[in-house]
Amino acid sequence: MADHHSSVTWSHQFEDAGQQHEAASLGMWVFLATEVMFFGGLFCGYTIYRNQYVAGFVAGSHELNAVIGAINTAVLICSSLSMALAVRAAQLGKRISLVSCLIVTILLGLTFIFVKLYLEWWHDYQHGFAPALNFTFAGPNTRSVELFFCFYFLMTGVHALHMIVGVGVLSVLTVKAWKGRYGPDHFNSVEIAGLYWHFIDIIWIFLFPLLYLIGGRY
Amino acid sequence: MATAPVEIDTRVHYLNVSYGIKSWLLTTDHKRIAILYMVAITFFFLVGGVAATLMRIHLIEPNGAIFEPGTYNKLFSTHGIVMVFFFLIPSIPAVLGNFLVPMMVGARDVAFPKLNLLSWYIFMAGGLLVLYSVIWGGVDTGWTFYTPLSTTYLNSNVLSAAIGVFVAGFSSILTGLNFVVTIHKMRAPGMTWFRMPLFLWSIYATSVIQILGTPILAITLALVAVERVFHVGIFDPAVGGDPILFQHMFWFYSHPAVYIMILPSMGVVSELIACFSKKRIFGYSFVAFSSIAIAVISFLVWGHHMFLSGQSVYAGIIFSALSFAVAIPSAIKVFNWTATLYKGSISYDAPMLYALGFIGLFTMGGLTGLFLATLAEDTHLHDTYFVIAHFHYIMVGGAVMGYLGGIHYWWPKITGRLYNDAWARLAAAIVFIGFNLTFFPQYMLGYLGMPRRYAIYSPEFQVLNVMSSAGASILAVGYAIPLVYLIWSMRYGPEAGPNPWGAKGLEWQTPSPPPTENFEQIPIVTEEAYAYGAKEVQVG
Ligand code: HEM
Ligand SMILES: [Cu+2]
Repeated sequence: MADHHSSVTWSHQFEDAGQQHEAASLGMWVFLATEVMFFGGLFCGYTIYRNQYVAGFVAGSHELNAVIGAINTAVLICSSLSMALAVRAAQLGKRISLVSCLIVTILLGLTFIFVKLYLEWWHDYQHGFAPALNFTFAGPNTRSVELFFCFYFLMTGVHALHMIVGVGVLSVLTVKAWKGRYGPDHFNSVEIAGLYWHFIDIIWIFLFPLLYLIGGRY
Repeated sequence: MATAPVEIDTRVHYLNVSYGIKSWLLTTDHKRIAILYMVAITFFFLVGGVAATLMRIHLIEPNGAIFEPGTYNKLFSTHGIVMVFFFLIPSIPAVLGNFLVPMMVGARDVAFPKLNLLSWYIFMAGGLLVLYSVIWGGVDTGWTFYTPLSTTYLNSNVLSAAIGVFVAGFSSILTGLNFVVTIHKMRAPGMTWFRMPLFLWSIYATSVIQILGTPILAITLALVAVERVFHVGIFDPAVGGDPILFQHMFWFYSHPAVYIMILPSMGVVSELIACFSKKRIFGYSFVAFSSIAIAVISFLVWGHHMFLSGQSVYAGIIFSALSFAVAIPSAIKVFNWTATLYKGSISYDAPMLYALGFIGLFTMGGLTGLFLATLAEDTHLHDTYFVIAHFHYIMVGGAVMGYLGGIHYWWPKITGRLYNDAWARLAAAIVFIGFNLTFFPQYMLGYLGMPRRYAIYSPEFQVLNVMSSAGASILAVGYAIPLVYLIWSMRYGPEAGPNPWGAKGLEWQTPSPPPTENFEQIPIVTEEAYAYGAKEVQVG
C-alpha cells in the first residue's frame, strides 16, 4: 500500500516502488522478446526468398530510393537520441526539458512516417509497384520483383504501425509530463516507453540495408 | 437447505467482497479473472464438444449418417479450432494458473492485474469472432489453416476465423508475460526458485513458449489474411511464394503449442501425486528442469509434422532424431512420478484418480508419438486416425484429465466448499473408460489405414468406428456429471476449511475462499515444497 510519508506510490500488488519498477521493466523486455519473434517471422521469410530469387530481389531493391531511406534512417536515429535525453530529463526531474525532448521525438517520428507513407509508398504506388493493386513491372523476374514488393510493403507497413503506436504512447506521456507526473522517483513509464521506441528504431536499422542496399548498388 | 455453514458467509473473501455483474466484469483480482476464464472456456468446451458429438454420430455409418461432406469438414474444423485455441491453450494457465500463481509465489496479485483483465477481453473478442465465422459461412480448412486451401482455393469463411485466432493469441501472450514477471519478481521472502512448487516451474516453461511462439502464429495468420484479402502474398505460388513455408511457420508455433497444452497439466499432476502420496516429489530438480528442457527442445522439432510435405530428407532425419529427444524429458517426469508413488501413503481421492489416469494415458500418447516420429513408420501412419489417437491420448487423456484433476483438487480452495466425493470418483472412472473406448479403436483404425478428415470410410472400418462413437457417448456422460455436482457443491457442499487435503503449499495456508489480497500478511517461506515429513502423514 502507498506509503503516506513520501510522494512515492505503487500499486497494491507490489511491496515497494522498487519492485514495481523492476516488474515494469522486465515486462517491457519480455514484450520486446515477443516483438522480436513477430518480426523474426518476416525476416525469416525474407531471407529464404532473398536467397531463392536473388535477381528479382535485387531488381526490386533498385527501384527503391535509397537516399530517402537513408535520410529517414538518420531521422530515426536522432529520435532515439532525443528519447534517451527525455529519459535522462525525467530522472533528473527537469520538467520542461522532458516535455521538449518528448515533443522533438514525436516530431521526428511523425517526419519518418510522413516520408515513409507519402514520399515512398505513395510514390511506389504511382509507379505501379503495389502488389495486388496495380503491379506493372516490365522486365525480367516480374514475379519475384512482385514478391519483393510484398515483403517491402509488409515489413515497412508493420514497422510503420509500430511507429504510429509509439507516437501515440509518447503523446500521452507528453501530456502527463506537462502536468508534472514524472520525476526522480517515478520515471518508470518514460523509461519503458523509451525501450519500446529504441526497439522500433533497431528494427528499422535492420530493415534499411535488407530492403534498400542489397545487390551491390553502391 | 440443511445447516448452511456460516464461516464462509460471515467472513469477507474474494467471492463476497462485492456483488453484481459489474464487479466481475471490471475486476482486476486474479482469482475472479480465473473464474471469468473458467466460465468462458467451459462454454467453448461445450461448443467444441457438440461438434465432436455430431462427427461421431455421423461416422456411425460408412457413408456418413447425417451430413454432406462439406458440412463434415466444417465440423472438424470448428472442433479443432475451438478446442485447441479456445479451450486447451487457455485451460490450465488462464484458469488454474491465474488463480494459483500469485498465491503459490506468496503475492497479492499478478504483476499486471489490468493487463490480466485485458487478456480476458481479448480472448473473448477472438472467441466471438471465431464463433461468428463458424456459424456464418463456416471454416473447412481444419485447425491448421494450410495454404493454399485457406487462401487461393478457399470456399469458406477463413478470414475472420484466422483473425479471431490471431486476436486470441495476444491474450495468450499477455497471460504468459504476466506469469513470467510475477514468478521472477514477486516471490515472497524465502521463496527461492528451488522451493517453488513444480506447478510454477511448468507454468513458467509454458509461459516462455507462449511468449516466444505465439508471435510467430500471429505473423503467420496475418500473412494469410493479407494473402486472402489482396490475393497476393508470400505463400502464393503465383508470385513464386511457397505454401510449404506456411507449414514451417505454422508448426514452428503449433508444435511448441502442444506443450503449452500439456506442460501445465504435468505441473498439476506433480502437485497431485505429491499431495496424495504424502511424499516429496522424487527428483524435484529433474522434474523442474525437464519442463525447461521440453520448452527448449519443443522449438526444434516442428518438422515432424511435415515428413511427407516434400521437405528435404536430411531435415526429416534431424527432425526425427530431435523428436526422439523431446521424449526424454517427458519420460523423466513419468519415471519420477512413479517413483514418488513408491511407498507413499496413497489415498485415492478424485483428483488422484485423474492424476493416475493422466500418467497412463499420457504415456501411451507419448510412446505413439515416437512411432510417428520414426520416418519410415510415419509414411504409413501420417494423416490417418493413428495421429488422431496419438494426440487425443495426450491432449484429452493427458491435458484434459490434468485440468479436471486440478479443478477437483483446488475446487475447495476456489469455492470454499467440498463436492460429493463418491460422484467425483465415479465420474473420473467413467471418463477413463469412455476415453479409452473412444480413442483406442482409432489407433487400430489408423494402423489399418483409415485416413483422417474424411466424411465417409470403407465398410470394413465400421465396427471400430461404432465402438469409438459408443465410447464418445460414455465420455460425454463422464464430462457432464462433474458439471452437476460441482455447481451443486457451490451452494450445498459442506465447508472445506483452509486445507482439506492436508496439502503443502502457500495456497493452502490461507482461508478458503481466500481474501482478495490472498494473505493477511505476505508469508515467509522457510521450507522447500512438498515437505511432507513423516509426522504429517495423516491417517483417516
Ligand atoms: C513424446 C513427444 C511427442 C512426439 C515424439 C510426437 C510426435 C508427433 C508426430 C511425429 C506427429 C505427426 C504425425 C503425422 O502427422 O504424421 C504428431 C502429431 C501431433 N501431435 Fe505429437 N508428439 C509428441 C507429443 C505431443 C504432445 C505432448 C501433444 C499435445 C499436447 C501432441 C499433439 C499432437 C498433435 C495435435 C498432432 C497432430 C497435428 C495435426 O496434424 O493436426 N504431441 N506428434
Ligand atoms: Cu509436433
